[in-house]
Amino acid sequence: MALPATQRLAETAPAAEPPGRGRRRAALTPRYVLGKVLASAVTLAFVVVVNFFLFRVLPGDPAKAFSPRGRNADPQRLVQIRRDLGLGLPWHEQFWAYVKALAHGNLGTSWGQKQSVVSAIGDRLWPTVLLSGTALLVSAALGMWLGARTGWRYGSPFDRLSSGVSIALYSTPEWLIGLVLLTTVTGTAFPSGGMTDPRSTLPGAVDVAWHLVLPCLCLVLVYIAEYSLIMRSSMLDERHAEYLTTARAKGLRDDLVMRRHAWPNALLPSTTLFFLSLGFVVSGAITVETVFSWPGLGRLTYDALRGPDVPLLQGLFLTFSAGVILMNLVADLLYPLLDPRVRAA
Amino acid sequence: MTAAVATPGSFWRTFRRDREGMAGLVLLLLYTGVAVAAPLLADPAGLSRINGTGMPQSPPSLAYPFGTDEDGRSVLTMVIWGTRVSLIVGVAATVISMVIGTGVGIAAGHFRGAPGGLLNRLTEWFLVIPYLPLAIVLATVFPPAVPKIIAIIIVIGVTSWSSTARLVRAQTLSIEGRPYLERARALGGGHWHQMRRHVLPNVMPLVLANTTLTASIAILAETTLSFLGLGDSQRVSWGVILDQAYQGGAVSNHSWWWILFPGLSLVVVVLAFNLCGRALERALDPRLRGATR
Amino acid sequence: MSTPKLLEVEDLRVTYRTAGGDLPAVRGVHLTVDKGQTLGVAGESGCGKTSVASAILRLLPPGARATGRVLLQGEDVLAMNWGRLRAVRWSAAAIVFQGAMHALNPVRTIGRQIVEPILLHERGVGARAARKRAAGLLEQVGVPSWRLRSYPHELSGGQRQRVMIAMALACAPDLIIADEPTTALDVMVQAQVLDLLRGLVRERGLGLVLISHDLAVLADVCDRVAVMYAGRVVEEGPGHRLFTDAVHPYARALAAAFPTIGDPASRLAPHGLPGDPPDPRGLPTGCPFHPRCAAAVERCRTEDVLLRPAAPDRSAACVHIGTEAVAP
Repeated sequence: MALPATQRLAETAPAAEPPGRGRRRAALTPRYVLGKVLASAVTLAFVVVVNFFLFRVLPGDPAKAFSPRGRNADPQRLVQIRRDLGLGLPWHEQFWAYVKALAHGNLGTSWGQKQSVVSAIGDRLWPTVLLSGTALLVSAALGMWLGARTGWRYGSPFDRLSSGVSIALYSTPEWLIGLVLLTTVTGTAFPSGGMTDPRSTLPGAVDVAWHLVLPCLCLVLVYIAEYSLIMRSSMLDERHAEYLTTARAKGLRDDLVMRRHAWPNALLPSTTLFFLSLGFVVSGAITVETVFSWPGLGRLTYDALRGPDVPLLQGLFLTFSAGVILMNLVADLLYPLLDPRVRAA
Repeated sequence: MTAAVATPGSFWRTFRRDREGMAGLVLLLLYTGVAVAAPLLADPAGLSRINGTGMPQSPPSLAYPFGTDEDGRSVLTMVIWGTRVSLIVGVAATVISMVIGTGVGIAAGHFRGAPGGLLNRLTEWFLVIPYLPLAIVLATVFPPAVPKIIAIIIVIGVTSWSSTARLVRAQTLSIEGRPYLERARALGGGHWHQMRRHVLPNVMPLVLANTTLTASIAILAETTLSFLGLGDSQRVSWGVILDQAYQGGAVSNHSWWWILFPGLSLVVVVLAFNLCGRALERALDPRLRGATR
Repeated sequence: MSTPKLLEVEDLRVTYRTAGGDLPAVRGVHLTVDKGQTLGVAGESGCGKTSVASAILRLLPPGARATGRVLLQGEDVLAMNWGRLRAVRWSAAAIVFQGAMHALNPVRTIGRQIVEPILLHERGVGARAARKRAAGLLEQVGVPSWRLRSYPHELSGGQRQRVMIAMALACAPDLIIADEPTTALDVMVQAQVLDLLRGLVRERGLGLVLISHDLAVLADVCDRVAVMYAGRVVEEGPGHRLFTDAVHPYARALAAAFPTIGDPASRLAPHGLPGDPPDPRGLPTGCPFHPRCAAAVERCRTEDVLLRPAAPDRSAACVHIGTEAVAP
């Protein structure tokens, strides 16, 4: 849900700025790379500052706010919370201590998991990468294909059907699809949750894949809608380009005009938006992992906020933000490689 | 996305020809009707956990068209009252989001140098930070003294303004280059005068189209946050119903009605907002109007 | 007639269907080009000259309807099935588009774009041979062959237009249609590109249809010139004669105050000619030019004039032909 609403839904991308936050045409020079890396670092620093202040500069006694049982928390626990948060020190010292710890890779100790936040997150990272990564690859491939077809045949019955379904799916939260699937399908063919089943006779990888099917399906259905709408709008922008008339004049079949000429051009803005939509992917991961008890960062977030387990939530917020910022950086660095107009400049 | 709309009248005529947009508008009016008439449609006493009159988790029947939940409450009653809560939260959050987004966007486009640059950076930061983790963190640390429903509205409002701000900024930049604004500047019009009298009226059509799309996101966000347990259990929204269903064993009991009906209500209203938003954009964008030629 | 002419356009009409009603862009145009000949088509923006060019290979946008006959070596393009049409496109007639910046695909190399039609139309030509031919074509139009690996944005405007011409020659067509090939170029480059086209007609015996708003250019390059107004040819004749001594008042105005080269404003409204070109949706009755015509008489308001012989080898659509009033 981090992507600008109009960019995802609009039939055309806003013309005022090129897609990708005003990304200017720039070659992949050391200066460009350094600039982008620095900008990402500044964004990350902003997240760190937000993270720090949100959890400390609160009215009242933060310790009580964070204690699971509110005002009736046991005093020993409150002391530990106060020590963990470094309360009592002047805030700039608290901040300095926080940054120093962060630089050493220390995010504190989880209140609920009885382990360090870093190791709790490390344990759960790969299941999330597996689930989100699979869903992303499948839906990007299918969505871009579908979007190209529908945009090319704007207004055709296929386009109207596909766009209608896409907008409906796009209006549906991933986890709701998960809940509906769980109440109807499971108990029959697919497991209702988790990532493995100790009683299973299947080989490990197959068992994981089996557990992956339903949560992945929920994500894919919604992401396909998203990516096909993005690709469709890029295609609509490209559809009347003059070089397509040239391609037709050469005697190319309509299908080839689309695949060879329109598609590569429409792909460029779509690729940028694909990376920018990763914030949206994070929301999907959190909620779908919750519904399917998938042992990843999303389910960990749910468990942490039910606590609430403040150090863990802080660490997760930082991890998700860093991941999305990193992916945006990758998009920035990849774009010049994909677009020849930028590459050779 | 030029907002060169002639008059409200011609705009409405364009919009009215749009079947998708009209379908969305009719649905929205229907939902508004349900939200306003909730006390006439269902007795609020049926919302109380101890007042459940039916058998727990019984499937749809004549007496309980949407079935019942684990406390024997009518799911229909909860969905009707949930419409009210979900719409109020969604609309209130949207207002906050649009006010912040428009204000920041105009200011970021209008002021040159450091202030504009800083606001632009701030917008970009909020665009990049993943929405849901930020909202979760904000909702978690909100002072417990504030009613949860207010907290949710504020959280959604302050996390969803960035895309509006970006669009408005781009539009402001293009308006600022137009001759009449240069004249206003030459005549000594102050910043406030320029922004209010010249920029704001020109970005309003864009803001209007963006509002409906933001509303759809706000309602989705409310439901998602409530589903994750951050909602106000005293004021039943669709998300709260779904959270209770998930916690209350609707999955293991296969009580599909407890999930499907509030879920469908949500999807249809979000869809209606999206359809309206897209139609508004089409009405504003002459490039698309000619596309069907 | 033993062999059919290279291109014969007979009573071509193009109508665009729009939300505001039908828009007749071309209203009965006749043109003929033979091998080794250059035909110029002149007129203001919106007179229908680009629609004529597009209709020759049926490249009109969806929603446009073309009727009449476009005989390409005796075969009617408008009546071809899709397979035959695709086979004819580029191999029998190729187009050099207006503004080569947008007519070339920005993300494919020049080489791939030139080679593409060769591989498509000529079975049995391998990729290597096609590339070799593309290199030769580039050299022929005066672009170094290493440019095959370049992308369009890396070339200058003049080079891009030359690449377009090389691409048009790829399958050795007999007819080339050049739609405003020099519009976006500066004067020096414009002259070079025109020389190149003239040379190709001479050496290869091509038929060339050259479309331009610039009557001076056309008079210089073309054997014959047709002047279009409001979707019709209003005067047709030998290039230099038409420029120096036009019969139709519109052609005369166009020639007398021919646009300054490189001045885009003058192309829209030639000097000395009041008013705007008519809106095709609501053409004036009678001669469509009469509201702007200095020599208009009462008859012009009611009588729709078609082309009629004006002198040996020339024709024009004006009621004054044969009368004293129009004589210069």
